[in-house]
Amino acid sequence: MAGEYWVYGVILVAGWLATDIWRWLGVLAGNRLDENSEALKWVRAVATALVMAVTAKLIVFPTGSLEASPLWLRLCAAGIGFIVFLVSGQKVIVAVATSLILLASGLYFLDP
Amino acid sequence: MLRENEELGPSRWFLRGARGIFSLPALILMTSFVGFAAFALEAGISRGEAMFMTVMVWALPAKMILTGMLASGAHVAAIALAVSLSSIRMMPMVASLVPEIRSARTPVWLLLFLSHFIAITAWVFTTQNIGKVPRQHRTAYFAGFGMTLTLTNTALVGVCYGLVETFPPLVAGVLFFLTPIYFFASIWATSRQPVLRLAFVIGVVTGPLLALIVPGFDVLIAGIGGGTLAYLIDRFFVSRRGQTGQHGAAS
Repeated sequence: MAGEYWVYGVILVAGWLATDIWRWLGVLAGNRLDENSEALKWVRAVATALVMAVTAKLIVFPTGSLEASPLWLRLCAAGIGFIVFLVSGQKVIVAVATSLILLASGLYFLDP
Repeated sequence: MLRENEELGPSRWFLRGARGIFSLPALILMTSFVGFAAFALEAGISRGEAMFMTVMVWALPAKMILTGMLASGAHVAAIALAVSLSSIRMMPMVASLVPEIRSARTPVWLLLFLSHFIAITAWVFTTQNIGKVPRQHRTAYFAGFGMTLTLTNTALVGVCYGLVETFPPLVAGVLFFLTPIYFFASIWATSRQPVLRLAFVIGVVTGPLLALIVPGFDVLIAGIGGGTLAYLIDRFFVSRRGQTGQHGAAS
């Protein structure tokens, strides 16, 4: 059916092209940057701030089943996990385990 | 040992990159894709479409927007605009990786092709690991990791589609939380320079705040504005002070 193939066209134009065009521009821009340049330092700072803005939004404004959970629970689980991570010599697995256990127990006990 | 590493051929480095599929970030991303398979089914996207989207778009946030808007019957132009906005962030991510991946002889077409496999997880993994790879084999290493990660997740979406209709809310919630927590810890651990830690903190604080003030452009402003602010603070305060005295711990 034509209707079904149409979806693939939308994915190509509105998905693939709309995303890869930015990756290609990134290649063209990044290819001019010297590895030790000040410009690359700035680009790295922008990339880091951007990724962290996306990440923080996932915690503050989650979609799906976490949407109904209280904000304080998510902030506490993430915050305490991060503090434990810093104190424990920056073991990533420690942060992940601490935060997930806090969140899971919070969700479990708050569930009406 | 370094010499021994340099003697390995490109195919060996490709395989070493591919082995990254068993790393923590790759495994966490795979759980997110299992979640995406469930979401695609719920949104009325077919198995073939969900797999096609995974291999062609790759960035998960862009795919969530695409799927959600397809399901709501939005106009192609509106979908393209929304996906574009969410994908602008690819540009600085790719631009910051390219100088680390390429060697003097890497052709541009190869970088254009490989850039397709960059999304947040690949960015984090590559930033962490590329330093250990000899310069001339970095493209092979990244190709191994990036392509394996994309193709494995495409297969995973195909296999898991319809397998899990929906997770129990507690499991779904914990799985969803896994990704941001992992990024928090691993990106902090990777960002050793003071300027990057400043950018990290500014991004975390301004991202959600700007989402309330300028929804839709929040991430862009937090990224470009926040990153620039971090750079300027570092340049005029932190680095200058560092030149006259010893740096404290970089935190």
